[in-house]
Order: sequence, then structure tokens, then C-alpha cells
Amino acid sequence: MNEMAPIQAPTAGCATPASATGREILKERGQREVFCGLTGIIWLHRKIQDAFFLIVGSRTCAHLMQSAAGVMIFAEPRFGTAIMEEKDLAGLTDANEELDRVVARLLERRPDIKLLFLVGSCPSEVIKLDLSRAAERLSAQYSPDVRILNYSGSGIETTFTEGEDACLASLVPTLPEAAPERQSLLVVGTLADVVEDQFRRLFTAMGLDDVQFLPARNANTMPAIGPGTRVLLAQPFLTETMRALQRRGAEHLPAPFPLGEEGTTAWLAAAATHFGIDQSAFDAAIEAPRNRARKALGRYREQLAGKSLFLFPDSQLEIPLARFLQREIGMQPLEVGTPFLNKAFMAPELEQLTETAVVSEGQDVERQLDRCRDARPDITVCGLGLANPLEVEGLTTKWSIELVFTPIQGYDQAGDLAELFARPLVRRTRLEV
Amino acid sequence: MQLTVWTYEGPPHVGAMRIATAMQGLHYVLHAPQGDTYADLLFTMIERRKARPPVTYTTFQARDLGKDTAELFQSAAREAYARFEPEAMIVGASCTAELIQDDPGGLTKAMGLPIPTIPLELPSYSKKENWGAAETFYQIVRTLAGPNAPEPGTARAALNDSARPKANILGPTALGFRHRDDVIETKRLLDQLGVDTHVVAPLDARPSDIARLGEADFNVVLYPEIAHTAAGWLKRTFGQPMTSVVPIGVGATQDFIAEVCALIGADVPPALSPEASRLPWYSRSIDSTYLTGKRVFVFGDATHVLAAARVADEEMGFEVVGMGTYSREFARDVRAAAKDRGLEALITDDYLEVEQAIIDAAPELVLGTQMERHIAKRLGIGCAVISSPVHVQDFPARYAPQMGFEGANVLFDTWVHPLVMGLEEHLLGMFREDFEFSDDNGASHHGHSPKRPQAPADGAVFTDEQPIAVTPPAETQTADNTLLAGPAPWTAEAEKELKKIPFFVRGKARKNTETFAAQHGLREITLETLYDAKAHFGR
Repeated sequence: MNEMAPIQAPTAGCATPASATGREILKERGQREVFCGLTGIIWLHRKIQDAFFLIVGSRTCAHLMQSAAGVMIFAEPRFGTAIMEEKDLAGLTDANEELDRVVARLLERRPDIKLLFLVGSCPSEVIKLDLSRAAERLSAQYSPDVRILNYSGSGIETTFTEGEDACLASLVPTLPEAAPERQSLLVVGTLADVVEDQFRRLFTAMGLDDVQFLPARNANTMPAIGPGTRVLLAQPFLTETMRALQRRGAEHLPAPFPLGEEGTTAWLAAAATHFGIDQSAFDAAIEAPRNRARKALGRYREQLAGKSLFLFPDSQLEIPLARFLQREIGMQPLEVGTPFLNKAFMAPELEQLTETAVVSEGQDVERQLDRCRDARPDITVCGLGLANPLEVEGLTTKWSIELVFTPIQGYDQAGDLAELFARPLVRRTRLEV
Repeated sequence: MQLTVWTYEGPPHVGAMRIATAMQGLHYVLHAPQGDTYADLLFTMIERRKARPPVTYTTFQARDLGKDTAELFQSAAREAYARFEPEAMIVGASCTAELIQDDPGGLTKAMGLPIPTIPLELPSYSKKENWGAAETFYQIVRTLAGPNAPEPGTARAALNDSARPKANILGPTALGFRHRDDVIETKRLLDQLGVDTHVVAPLDARPSDIARLGEADFNVVLYPEIAHTAAGWLKRTFGQPMTSVVPIGVGATQDFIAEVCALIGADVPPALSPEASRLPWYSRSIDSTYLTGKRVFVFGDATHVLAAARVADEEMGFEVVGMGTYSREFARDVRAAAKDRGLEALITDDYLEVEQAIIDAAPELVLGTQMERHIAKRLGIGCAVISSPVHVQDFPARYAPQMGFEGANVLFDTWVHPLVMGLEEHLLGMFREDFEFSDDNGASHHGHSPKRPQAPADGAVFTDEQPIAVTPPAETQTADNTLLAGPAPWTAEAEKELKKIPFFVRGKARKNTETFAAQHGLREITLETLYDAKAHFGR
């Protein structure tokens, strides 16, 4: 294992270095074995505690939600599906009346709801049911008690985590205006509550007090945005949200994503550098957790170094994950698939990723499976539909969805993140059957 | 629009997937948007199937809609044929593709593939999963077996005395509740009756097997929800009789044997007496006395509900206090069975209505689907799963059929397990105040970890979280109407006394007492009312 070079916090303005643009990207089109954007509701509805997500869709949407949730969460979820029926397709006026009726009943039953998202689906988009007008109409009716927004989580427009992007982008125009002179840091992208609290403590420790998070845990504590807002993306899939924030005057702080010790350090450093935090204050704040992360990773480096890795496209977290596993654990990424490549966001990541790794964007699942079988990686990261069949073929797999449902960001989760990859291999070694 | 959180059935194309995934040598090309591939995980994760479902999705996106989605479908079909070389192909659309009206059937026909291609019309906005499975199976059978049909009006050849009669077993699919084991049990039963199994379909059948369905002497309809349509067509086209009894439970297995023997003109073999199952003796043994009159609520698909209600009544000595189904296609049969028991069947696919009906019926055991398992867990009532929809734990590693004599053994074990056992029940009744008999503890043989989350079966529901009840409870409740007027209030003393009754019968005691109070026009429920009601109703 080579001595790791610390990542320099990239400065704003040099978003696409030559090394990133120079890399060949394998672009694929064909069958895509990915979730649609509705799936993001599974974590978003828990994150924003007074929000409800009403999917306007079909029985397929409802079935997806209960199947993708894996186990059915029987604490009553704050999401539901208004299933369109034949008569709703016949006339759009009727569909709007039906929607009003459904929303009225829902809000009557759930007076605790302060923020209602009408979530578009493939069928509602195809019949051109205008949910933005519906949201406007209903907002006028229920304001100020309930704010009603809309976004599309349809599979024809969004891939898996892009649903969160669409949701947050719909929130941005409603966020309060921050005073122009207010210099504040905004961390964007759903993080586990525990991780959010850790980051807040770290920023406070280095003397950065004005830190806000989007999404907030409640509708009335959403962050204020202004020209002094600087954005750190906690998740890589927030293209539209970042654009919407820029329209409000906020600026992006390019950084690697906070996965692993290096990634977390560089991510924190991007904010610290911008806000002029003193190097010694920064070092003092991160020293203890950074050492814990290094210690925790050491154990897994022994188990995983030299193992090859193949990632199917899923959440757009693939490139940062591969960078982490390669640089901090010593694994060898063979192919890194991503459903969509945002070159600007990924530039600091791609700079660090080995040139021998193939980066592929989009998917033709059958062809990709052929490549994976040829490559015989030690670990394949893939979706739930592919994992068991590949195990049967003798490949060791890691379900990618777990990487979205587990706290993996930050120093104190770096070891947990590595462990997720070690466990399938350990299990293979243990089993004698 | 119907507002829902959880659904009993998926869309009809998932039913078609259950048929395609069950079969060998068949491929399904599905015109569907990106995201619909989630359905693969039902088979690879929940059922732990070792291969991906044989389904190619077009996974179109918004940018494709402006171009040629029809060409996209054709190229997907062409590539699927080249890669998988199936013997036959089914083609269709999911809910979104249905709206863009590309006509997958016509497009495939135009391609002139050298295999049978079967177009499916599955209306997503009016039909559901089981209907989709039945329709798909019917279309496959019709297309592949049809060419071998005799001239209409041809008399069926009489059974040949020298050869064993042959039967097809129709209905088992992928993702079916215990279909894998029911097939083994049914085959064994047929073998004991001197009948050879000709083809099992759709599970593990190839298109070439479907083509020879007509050669069998009769059809065993294992799951009417899936196979009834196809079996009806086979009866009309090939003159093949079909069975009407589903052999779940000792009595139904006896009836099934009698039905098959009548079809083949044979006597019932003496070895196949009810004692071939352990259930009759286990139920008669005195340890089972405590099962007498246990109140059960039954909900699921029609086949399993009808069978479970009969077993509960006749073979376990329970009392069915509520029953219903989400299978609207078979609602009439379930209504009739409920009426025989003096009940009104609950026909719904809204789990909140089912939850309310369970609360109203205050059962001691729920026999249901995974939805009812969750409902029962919240209410602190025991539950056994008897029907789809099911989850990963309902695909057990062990052999666990529902059908035949071994199936009856499995039913006995599975249904008794969630109950509090005989002597424990007495001790709980005698020493209510023992601190270790807290309502928070479940039955002792279930370990101590699962805490009862809320006041169980007590009428007081969901104390720590409001039910979302996004769909209002049914306007027409099946419960005793006297309850709807609102029960008389309980005095503190009576309420305290009620708490001394073990949780698993407390719901019944509360309900009986309130009914008694209403019938006698009492304005409040005192300690005396509680015992008066007890005397009035018996235990």
C-alpha cells in the first residue's frame, strides 16, 4: 500500500481538470436495471418528519414502493400512492377533482403534515397531468398550514437517487431568503441524522458556526439561501438542486465526497479553505476522528487490499466509492458504472481514480453482465435483482442499495463503509457449505 | 383514484412475470419505462430464485418518447430472441407503455420471429396481479396447445384399462405461497391413487410441455385464481374434466381423493384414510382442548381462505369470527362460505379496512397474508400466514406444503404455534398480578425479545402512533351494529378488573361486556356488568 497523498481541496473555478475530461467514458444504452426516482421517498419521508409524499401513479408505483422498501415499514409511512384508474385516464378534469378529493381526505386525517409533495410518476407524466398547477391550486387552498409542492420521480425522467435531486430542487425556490451579507455553509443531500450531527460538531469545532443542512428535519426549519451561501454537496446526485441553488445566488464548493478518511478530510477542507479557517484550528478539529478513521480502515485494508471490484450503475455514488476503495483500502476497480456522470461534480473524484478503471455511464445490462463475467471480480456491487443470480455463478456481491440506506459518510463511518465490502468476502470464507 | 400504502396484489404484468418466471424456455419482452425492473427482485430476493426472471424490459425514458419507442421495442425483442433463444415469447406492456399504445403484439408479429409469439392484453388500470397471471397462462395454453385440439364435437376416448390415467397439475407459479411443496405433495397423492402426472404447468413447464396438455385424462386445478380460466378452456376444447376441490386440510384432501377416484372410476384406496395425517389425532388429543372455540379471523386469496375456514372449524375446533378475501373474482364463493357461518364476508383490497375488521372481531388468532401479520403484530394477536402476498420468511428452507396429508400436519403446527399454550393460559389467568406476566411479554415459547408494542386486542388501538388511515374505514362495517353507536363507558373499577383478564381473551371479554351492556341498555359498565356478561355469554 503506497503512502496516501492528501487530497488538496480544489478551488472553485477549475471544475473539469484535463485528467478528468481526457478519460474515455464508456457510454451505454440498453436495458437499465435500476430503480426509478420514486424510491428516494423511502428515505426522504423519514428525513423530513412533517412531510408527506403522495405519489400520483399506478398500482405498479405502489407495488414498487412496498417491494423496494424490502421489509414493509409498518410504522405508518408518510407516503402513499393515489392509484389512477380507468376513469382518471378518460378525462383530466376528473383526475384533478379526484386528486383534490384525495388530498383533502389525507390532510384531514394527518393534521401533523406541514409539507405535502405531489410526486409525479411515469403514467402521470405520460398523460400530462399537470401536478405543478395542482400544487399551486391546492397550496392556495391549504396555505399557510400546509405547503404543497410537486416534483417528478418518474422512471422516464429520474434514475433512483435523481428522485431526491428532483425533490430538493422543488424545495429550493421556497426556501427563505438569507441576508446578502450572511456568509453561511449549506450542506446539501440527505444524510443520516447521526452523520449530520457529527459534521455539525466538526464545523463548530473548527469555528464554522453558520452551517445549515438541506433537507432539514422539519418543514419550518429549512435553510435560508442567499448570495453568501456556499454549498458543500454531501451526495453526488444533486445536479438540478445545485442549479436551483445557483439561481438563488449560492455557490458550489467543489470537493470530493465525504466517503472515507481522505474524502471526508478534503470535503471538510473545501469549506474550511473557503471560509478562511486557520490551518491549526482545522487540524485540531479533525485530528481525533481522522485518526479513528485511519485506525478503523487499517483492519479492512488487510482483508481487502488487492481485491478487484466491479460496480454496476445505481446511485451515482459509484465513482466516489471506487475512489475510496482504491485509495484507502487498496482495492482494484475494474469497471465503475454510473447511471449519469456529472463531470463537474466528479472532476475531483475522477482525478484520483486509477486510469485502469473503466468508467461507464448508462447501461445495457446484458452486455455489462457479460463484461462482469469475463472480468471475474472479487466483489461485484449491484442491485437486488442481479445479486443472487451472480452469487449462483460464483461471484461475490454487495447489494448497492445498502450503500444508500446506511450511514457511510464521515470519519466515524469510514470503517463501517469498508466493512460493508469485507462482509460478503468474510462470509464466503466462513461457510463450509 | 384509490389512495393506498400497501397493496395485496401487484399490477397484472407482474402476474405475467410469475408465469414466465415459473416456466422454462419462455421469454417475456415487456414494454416498460426505466424503473419497472424493480419486479426482478421479487423473484431473486423474496423467493431467492437462482436466475433472473426471463424478462427483457425496454426501459424507455422521456427522451425516447419523442422518438420511436416502437423501434425500441422491436430491437429489444430482436436482441432478446438472439441472446436467449426461447421456444416461445410473450409480449406486452406495463401500465405506462399501455398509455403510449405501441401495440407490442402487432410489432412482434411484424418481425416474423421463427417461434410462437403470444401477445398479452393486460389492462393495468382495471386489473391486478392474479388476473394477469390467469390471463397470461390462458393465452399461453390456448396458443401452444390449441393447434393440437381435436375437431369440435369429437368424443373423448374412454380411459384405457391397461394404462395408468394421466393428469396435468395446473396453477403453480413463481412467487406462489408454498407452490413448490404443494406440487410435490399433490404428485405423491396422485401417484398413490394410480394416476401419473403428465405435465405440471406453469411451474417448470416448457412451451413444448404446454403443447401436450391435451394428452392428459383430466386436469387438477391446484390454484383456481391462476388456472381456472385455462382449465375451463381445456375442458371445452379437449373435453378434459377438471377437479374442483383444492386439497388443503384433511377433509378437503379426502374430498379431493374422492373426486379424483370418481374421475378415473376407481375406489378410494384404504391407505388414504384421514389417519394418513397426524392432524386428526393431534386435534383430538386432550392437550388440544384449549384450542376449542379460539376466535380466528381469516383473510387472504379466496382459495386459501375457503380452505382455512373449513380447517379452522372442522379440524381445529376454532370459531371463525371474521373472514374475507381480496380476490374479487372469487368473492361469491367467499361470501357464501361466510354466510354459512353467520358472517358477512369482507371483500376488499384495502388493508386498513381489514385492520378495522380485525379490531372489531377481536380474534385470538389471525390467519392471513403478510399484511395481516403486520396488523396482528401491532395489535398483539398471534398470526399465521396462509396466503400470498408473502415475504422472504414464507419461502422456508424446509418442506412445508399446505396441501395433502402432510400439508394438514403443517397447518396444525403453524397455526398452534402463535397461540398461548394450555397450562400457561391457566397460569396467566390465575396470577394476573405476577410481575412477569406483564402484557408486554408474549407467549413464553416465543422468547422474550418481542415486546408487545401497544395495548393488545383491547380495543384501545395504536396508543403511541396514530393510524394514518388514509382511506376511511368502510362505511359498512361487518361488526355488530350495537357497537357502532358507541359503547357505554367503563367505571375505573371495571376497567381495572378487565386488565386482570389475560391479553389474549381480553378483547373478547371487552366486546362481550359492551354488547351485553348495549343489549340491556346499561349506561355504564361496572364490575358487576363484567361478570353478568361473563355469565351470559359463557367463556
